Amino acid sequence: MSKGVAITGMGIISAIGNNVAENYDALINQRKGITRVDNIETIQRDEIMVGEVKFTNDELIAQLNLPPENNYSRTAMLGVIAAKEAIANSGITNIKKYKTGIISGTSVGGMDMTEKYYYEYLTDKETQKYIESHHAGDSTQKIAEQLGVEESLVTTISTACSSAANAIMLGARLIKSGKLDRVVVGGADCLSKFTINGFKTLMILSDTFNTPFDENRKGLNLGEAAAFLVLESDAVVKAENKKVLAYVKGYGNANDAFHQTASSDNGDGATLAMEKALRVADLKASEIDYINAHGTATGNNDLSEGRAILRIFGEEMPEFSSTKAYTGHTLAAAGAIEAVYSVLALQNNIIFPNLNFKTPMKEFSMIPQTELKKKELNTVLSNSLGFGGNCSTVIFSKEA
Amino acid sequence: MKKVYINSIASISPQKTYDNCNFLDEITEYNDTVIFAQDPDYKQYIPPAAARRMAKGIKMGVVASKIAMDEAGIETVDAIITGTGMGCMIDSEKFVSAIIDNNEQYLTPTSFIQSTHNTVAGQIALGMECKAYNFTYVHSAISFESALLDAKMQLENNEAEHILVGGVEELGAHTTKVHRLINHIKPEPVSISEVLHSKTEGAVFSEGTNFFVVSNEKTKSCYAELVAVETFNTLQKEKVSEAIETFLKENNLKLDDIDLVVFGNNGDVDFDGYYNKLSEGIFSKTQQVFYKHLVGENNTVSAFGVWLASKILKTQTVPEIVKINKINSSEIKTVLCYNQYRGQNHSLVLLRKC
Repeated sequence: MSKGVAITGMGIISAIGNNVAENYDALINQRKGITRVDNIETIQRDEIMVGEVKFTNDELIAQLNLPPENNYSRTAMLGVIAAKEAIANSGITNIKKYKTGIISGTSVGGMDMTEKYYYEYLTDKETQKYIESHHAGDSTQKIAEQLGVEESLVTTISTACSSAANAIMLGARLIKSGKLDRVVVGGADCLSKFTINGFKTLMILSDTFNTPFDENRKGLNLGEAAAFLVLESDAVVKAENKKVLAYVKGYGNANDAFHQTASSDNGDGATLAMEKALRVADLKASEIDYINAHGTATGNNDLSEGRAILRIFGEEMPEFSSTKAYTGHTLAAAGAIEAVYSVLALQNNIIFPNLNFKTPMKEFSMIPQTELKKKELNTVLSNSLGFGGNCSTVIFSKEA
Repeated sequence: MKKVYINSIASISPQKTYDNCNFLDEITEYNDTVIFAQDPDYKQYIPPAAARRMAKGIKMGVVASKIAMDEAGIETVDAIITGTGMGCMIDSEKFVSAIIDNNEQYLTPTSFIQSTHNTVAGQIALGMECKAYNFTYVHSAISFESALLDAKMQLENNEAEHILVGGVEELGAHTTKVHRLINHIKPEPVSISEVLHSKTEGAVFSEGTNFFVVSNEKTKSCYAELVAVETFNTLQKEKVSEAIETFLKENNLKLDDIDLVVFGNNGDVDFDGYYNKLSEGIFSKTQQVFYKHLVGENNTVSAFGVWLASKILKTQTVPEIVKINKINSSEIKTVLCYNQYRGQNHSLVLLRKC
């Protein structure tokens, strides 16, 4: 079980950049993408900060050359941009040469259009084209269409904020079992009034820059983003003489079974997910070089996740940081965004800082890495924790 | 690789299917464009106070999962995997309309919390205190088959022994209203006997849930062996036969090994051609059954097709009401389920007598 699955390409669009290179540049130059929201009209504008992709929908449509009658949700457009970059980055010119599938994670899906035209649908025929793009699978179908993936396994996972991590997990298992030769895995979520107001009612949105693992954290900033990885079987890697960026070495999913939205105080679910991932990777906790934490900067998450990390790593704590201060919490996409960042960390032997941290939490003495740090990295562990008690861990490694 | 078995089933549908002792013995007639699931006695399974907070989909999912767990005679599972194409529509509609109607003010979190697609899987886990693997697939008409495939891989590799798999869909009033506008719903009421020959656009929309305990060991309650699952995001009408033959070949089977085929016809004049082509083509000499005239169309109703196939395999009886043609197999050993929705998201599920 310990052999990793090769990652041969990746693509991303987030609040800190429209491709992998721009994201890396922002990460090492500590440039965060948190601002007021511009593309959504909301009365919450002055009370929240978000990680927003600054292109308008019209600009995205133009970039993708979509016809005027298209019915793409913003989620689908962000997803297509990231997935296309991943395919190009993997050097794939003929997608049909190998049995290729797509697994995407999303929680918002086409809700951005539904909330815009909810009542208009009843009277305005022009808007009705978006009725069919509401459901979560629609964005994935559109990514498949844009990549030319046909007659294949294309599916969507929605487990709230761990969706994309779970998509990576399923993709890795499909490659290992020989069901697919190649699979594009990741996630996409756009900002919407639905999620802005939903998280607002839960009172976990910060009115300023989010501060993961800080005693005085005030909550999360919502973000929008999409990211995809290309996973390929060893046979394809060999036949195509592929450059491997990194490997998906281990993965685990568990349920906190504690509360519909909150995590348990002692982080049972996250602990189990990390344990499972280490087992699949056949690694000891002490062999993890860096943890990219979920670290949303809510009171509940950082305490629960922190305790879980302590339970696993104890005295042998490697450097850890949350990159949510850069991008905001991109919900279902987060696991894929942070997968790209984990691979970048491995490729460049660099640990990205946990921005905005000032005061250690009183419950424990865990201090995140706050400065950019050069370190030889062989393994990175990334957590994604979500509603419904859904906890996922993916481990990335330099060597198979 | 280990074999995989369907050891228990549970169905809540527009028919009275929640009691596993019955097998479509008593048919509820409908003459409508939208049909709702028949409620079991929820009180038997969920405390009333908890049930009041749950939308119908959550209630149905939680109860069906309990029925399936009871029949399998197990207390917990190694994974809970659900499929839902549309998710928790009732709470989603509640929250979106509240945002719009009150201009983003006076909102409460309950409907937002429960609108999340993985609410049902999460609630089942909470109820069972099950900390195991918990996934939800949300890909239109193959949501359930994605869940089934995931479960099958884990069981084959012995990563799990028992997995609870299910599909759930609930109707939301506004969603139904807008789908009428784009002709996804039939323009006029049709009765059960008319659905297949209605010659109109759209389907009879519905809701319901089907849960199964699948395991890598056969128990006394075993219904069927789950041999293979495959999904296709696209498939042209002309290529379905070829895809089926390839699929069978991969499983070392020929067309005449199939004793019975379960079709997902919903009476939509624009899309039933996919089934008709098979019915008159490669499966013209095979016994054929269908079910959407009884339980309507929704994104995970194909799980009812698997329920039907499981029942047929276990009881070796085929209710008259589901028969499409007059062919009767003497013994039903191998069953193939084929489904698609609006020409996309095709699925094949192969089952064998256990």
